Amino acid sequence: MRELRGIGASPGGAAGPVYRLAPPPALPPLVETVDPEAEKTAVRAAAVAVAADLARRADTALDATAAEVLRAQVMMAQDETLIDAADIAIDGGADAPHAITDVLAGHRAAFEAAGGYLAERVSDLDDLRDRLVAACLGQPMPGVPDPGHPYLLIARDLAPADTAGLEPGLVLGLITAEGGPTSHTAILARTLGIPAVVRCPGILDVTDGALASLDGTNGVVVAGVSAETVTTVNADRLAEIERRARSRGPGRTADGHPVALLANIGSARDLTGEVEGVGLFRTELLYLDRSDPPSHEEQVTAYRDVFAALPGRKIVVRTLDAGADKPLPFLRLAVEPNPALGIRGLRVARQTPSVLTTQLAAISAAAAATDADVWVMAPMVATAAEAAAFTESCREHGLPTAGVMIEVPAAALRASQVLRHADFLSVGTNDLSQYTFAADRMCGDLADLLDPWQPALIALLAVCATAGVEAGKPVGVCGESAADPDFALVLAGLGITSLSMAPRSIPVVRESLAAHTLHECRQIAEAALAAPSPEAARAAAVGASRQLRSGDGVSVR
Amino acid sequence: MPTRTVLVGSASGLHARPAALFVAEAAKQPVLVTIRSGDKKPVPARSMLAVLSLGAKKGTEVTLEADGDGAQAAVDTLAELLERDLDAVDA
Repeated sequence: MRELRGIGASPGGAAGPVYRLAPPPALPPLVETVDPEAEKTAVRAAAVAVAADLARRADTALDATAAEVLRAQVMMAQDETLIDAADIAIDGGADAPHAITDVLAGHRAAFEAAGGYLAERVSDLDDLRDRLVAACLGQPMPGVPDPGHPYLLIARDLAPADTAGLEPGLVLGLITAEGGPTSHTAILARTLGIPAVVRCPGILDVTDGALASLDGTNGVVVAGVSAETVTTVNADRLAEIERRARSRGPGRTADGHPVALLANIGSARDLTGEVEGVGLFRTELLYLDRSDPPSHEEQVTAYRDVFAALPGRKIVVRTLDAGADKPLPFLRLAVEPNPALGIRGLRVARQTPSVLTTQLAAISAAAAATDADVWVMAPMVATAAEAAAFTESCREHGLPTAGVMIEVPAAALRASQVLRHADFLSVGTNDLSQYTFAADRMCGDLADLLDPWQPALIALLAVCATAGVEAGKPVGVCGESAADPDFALVLAGLGITSLSMAPRSIPVVRESLAAHTLHECRQIAEAALAAPSPEAARAAAVGASRQLRSGDGVSVR
Repeated sequence: MPTRTVLVGSASGLHARPAALFVAEAAKQPVLVTIRSGDKKPVPARSMLAVLSLGAKKGTEVTLEADGDGAQAAVDTLAELLERDLDAVDA
């Protein structure tokens, strides 16, 4: 047995024989081209065949993001400049496979030079090259193996075309040598619910067919496990999936302490299945791509649709979160050198108060027409004074429950003062990380700083939760971190009263909470708070929770 | 020659989805529009590879240029598209 280490990218355990992605075609030695026209024709035929294949994969892709990336690849395969440049290379003496390789190498260098997001996309270009070269050589498309039974897919990295058709029943888990937590592999694995470990270089030394296990939470991969281990790991995983499917009801710890599990939605369409309520109703959708703001009537209709779907339930409406970072034409904001630090969220009301007052009036009218429990909150609040002004405005519009989002360290540090004015807080951990670590949310190179397990972020969450407990007012979390079943225990232990997330993440969080008492959650939170690094915080929390859980069989009604 | 300089408005920059929408729109124009970022050399706006290779991020200044019948309208249409946030809304 050999233990390998990677980064856990999609939680869960999986085990089975490993099979690697079909290797890319080897580029044969350059032969003297006798018929340049035939080579040019070969490039065109390859482009047509590859574009058609990628388009078919895009059409059958289960995941919308994967389909989108595939369509971008189709556009690359059909790119006239690619064909033209290949023609020039062929006139210079290259054969079709070498011409394609040379031209795409140029674009690859440009992607890498651009860094960040684009550098993570070089695998898309490499995949395109491999497909075009394989087509020129008359070889089968490189791609996902099909051994005829469930297996662990291993690869250097996965391209969208490889992963779009992955069947969760056949591919038990994914292990890649490269990539990162923000790579396509990681995102797709989480979407499909396939456990995954990325950046595990040693995995490429493991031979096809060897048995291995992976833990998508801590990133540990063990090569050379026994058949019994494979059976146990997969049985555990299956039991976990079945338990989750049966899970129902409100969120609570094993000893009955309630932690509301709410949904993040953008419209009534996003409401799937039974939910306790909505913790974040984003209202931006209504405002996009318009030259004038939506009218009072239009807003009332849209809000009423959501409120009517959840009679008697809590719905937290976030007022318009737009501005310099997410420009909307009708706001007519000046372009700012530093949009994330500029006029955005509630700050828009400084310049254009009518946008907020119109929205509050519409929310109030819609709330009056239904019997949902409507709460309202403002994004991007930095001071207690801003919270006071917002709350007052809500009261004037007859909205009884007004709160603010904590996304700025200044507001988190003064949470108890903010709560003198606001009825509740909701922490947006994505933006709070961005501002705490001065790291742009879109910057993949800084992903480690944006890890919710960073002790500084947990400390700020603790300040907010404690302020809520002392004031006797609810403090929720509606950022990505609330959907992490291990992090949810930390949040509950800190005193957070509700967790809001994408609806599909609710069952796993519900189960995690139900398996621990409030006292255990507090111990886990303390362990995470005391840890010196995000890795140590995660390890401490996961270690504590596994230990506490292994004692008895857990069942969730 | 009709020219317009705008700032890229999409949150993730001129990448996957925004780039695809932009390139598709450029391909519909009756004239060949070029796009350039800074002092780099102009590239065809209907080339996905070239547009991606610009590496334009949100707020990057890009210049569109075209010549011939309908050039002004083509440049205006594409400039307007570039300025918008073509990414889906997120938290």
